[in-house]
Amino acid sequence: MSSPAIAAQEAAFLDLRRQRRRTTLLGLLVLAACLLLAAWTSEFHPATLAAGLPRIGEYFARIAPALEWNKLFADVETEGSLAFWFYRLDAWAILLFETAQMAALATLAGAVVALLLAFPAAKNTGAPAWAYQASRRFLEATRTVPEIVFALIFVWAFGVGALAGILAIALHTAGALGKLFADAMENVEMRPWDGVRASGGTWSEACRFAVLPAALPDLLSYAMLRFEINLRSASVIGFVGAGGIGEELYKVISFNYYEEISAILLLIILSVMVIDMLSERLRRRVIEAVA
Amino acid sequence: MLEIEGLTRRFGSVKAVDGVSLTVPAGQMVGVIGRSGAGKSTLLRLINRLAEPSEGRIRFDGRDVTALSGRALRDWRTECAMIFQQFNLVQRLDVLTNVLIGRLNHRHGVLARLGSLFCQFSPAERAMALAALERFDLLSTALQRADTLSGGQQQRVAICRALMQEPRLILADEPIASLDPRNARTVMDALAEVNRRDGLTVMVNLHHLDTAREYCTRVIAMQQGRVVFDGAPAELNAARITQIYGITEAEFQAEAAAAVNATPAHGFGPQVALA
Repeated sequence: MSSPAIAAQEAAFLDLRRQRRRTTLLGLLVLAACLLLAAWTSEFHPATLAAGLPRIGEYFARIAPALEWNKLFADVETEGSLAFWFYRLDAWAILLFETAQMAALATLAGAVVALLLAFPAAKNTGAPAWAYQASRRFLEATRTVPEIVFALIFVWAFGVGALAGILAIALHTAGALGKLFADAMENVEMRPWDGVRASGGTWSEACRFAVLPAALPDLLSYAMLRFEINLRSASVIGFVGAGGIGEELYKVISFNYYEEISAILLLIILSVMVIDMLSERLRRRVIEAVA
Repeated sequence: MLEIEGLTRRFGSVKAVDGVSLTVPAGQMVGVIGRSGAGKSTLLRLINRLAEPSEGRIRFDGRDVTALSGRALRDWRTECAMIFQQFNLVQRLDVLTNVLIGRLNHRHGVLARLGSLFCQFSPAERAMALAALERFDLLSTALQRADTLSGGQQQRVAICRALMQEPRLILADEPIASLDPRNARTVMDALAEVNRRDGLTVMVNLHHLDTAREYCTRVIAMQQGRVVFDGAPAELNAARITQIYGITEAEFQAEAAAAVNATPAHGFGPQVALA
C-alpha cells in the first residue's frame, strides 16, 4: 500500500517527533530542578506553608469587624454599627484623596521624564551611542530600585510628608514607563521619519512629527495603567513616612487596631476599583480622540 | 547644476550603485529607469544623503554635498526635496501640518525651533501651505487626517510638502508606482508643472517607459548599479531596451511593476545620518 518513499518519510517523522519529545522532556526536567533550587534557597518549605496558612485566616478573623444586624445603621456611638467601624471616615477620606493626588502627580511627572528619555532610548531613532546607552541605563537604574528605597532616601532629605512619596514614585515611574515608551516607539513605521529627515528636519523634529503621533495611543495606554499601579504604590509608601493613607495604615497595623485595619484596607480597595473604572473609561475616550 | 562623480554604495559585497557619474543641468526633468535592484532608489537616497556613499562625490553648484554634516546637511536636504513611493506622510496628522513639516528647516532661532515642536506655525507659513494645497486642488482636505486621503491625493500632499522647502531639486523615487493610472497621471502632471513653472530640476525614478518618454527630457537607464544609457527619450526605443536588458520592453515593464509592488519601500532600514 505504501511506497518506500512514504515509509521513509513516516520514519523520518517518527524520528523527528522522538527527538522533539526528548528535548521537551529535558527542558521540563531542567525547569523542575531550577524551581526546586529556587524554593530551597528562598526557604519556601511546604511544611512552613501548611503550618502558616491557617494563621492567615486567623488574622482575617481578627481584623473582621464585629457587626450586628440590628444595629448596622446605628450611630457612631453604638458598637456593632457600620458607622462605629468607619468612625474616622472623614480623616481617612482626606488621606485617601491625598494618596490619589500623590499617584496622579507622580505619574504625570514620571511620564514626562519617561517621554523625553524614550526617544534616545528607542533604537530606531538612531540617537548617538552615548545618548542611547545613557538613557537606557538611567531608565534601568530607576526602575530596578524599589519605590520604597527611593522614599526612604527622600524622607531623609526632604523630611516626612507627601513630597518624598511623590518624588519616589515619579522616579520609579520614569524608569518603568520609559522602557515601555521606548519599546512602543520602536514599533512605529519609519517611513514618515524618512519624510521629515529628507525635508531637512532635525532629529528632535523627526521624533516629534514622525514618531510621537504614531506612538501616542500606546503611550497613553501605558501611562493610564501606570496610574493604577501608582495608586497602590502610594498607599504602601506611606509606611516609611512618605505621606498619604499608608502612614495611617502602618500606624493601625503596628498598634494592632484590628477593626481599623480592615476598614482602611476596604477603603483602599474601593478607591482603586473606582479609579480603575474611571481610568479605563478615560483611556478609551482619549484613544478614540487620538486614533 | 548637479554633478556626480564615481558615486558608489556597497551593501556588504553588493554594489547597489557602482561608479555612477552624471551631470544634470538646472531645470532638466530626468527619468531614471532600470530593473528592480538596479540601484535607482539608492542613487536618489545618496543624493539626498539619506544613505551615505561608500565612494565618490556629489557636487551641487560647485559645493561638495558629500562632505556636509549637521546644519549644512539639513540645509542641503531642504534644497533637494524628496518624494517617496509610499508618500511618507505622518498618517495621524492633518494634511496642513504634514505640509508645514516641509517648512521646519526654514525656521531659525531657538524659539522658532521650540515652537515647531509644539506645532506653532505663523499665519504666513499657514498661508503659504494653504496656497500650495490650493494649487494642487487639495485645499478642502487641509484639516483632514492624512490617512483619509487617496493615494494620489497623499502623493500631491507630499509634493506640497516638498515645495514648502523651496527646493532647487526634486528627487522622486517611484512616485506613481503605488497609484492607479488616473492618479498616476495627476501626480506626474504635478511634477511636470513644478518643473516647468517653478523651473525646478526633477529626477524621477520610473518603471514605466512610456511615462518616462512622455514627461522627461532626458532618460538615464541603470543596470546593476551602473548607468548603461543616458540620452534623449526617443533614442531609448524598443530595440535599444532589448539590447541593454536582453528582454523586450513589455517584459521589462511587467517585471519592474511586479518588483515595485512586491518590495517594501523602506527596504534599507533607518540609515539616516545624524545631522
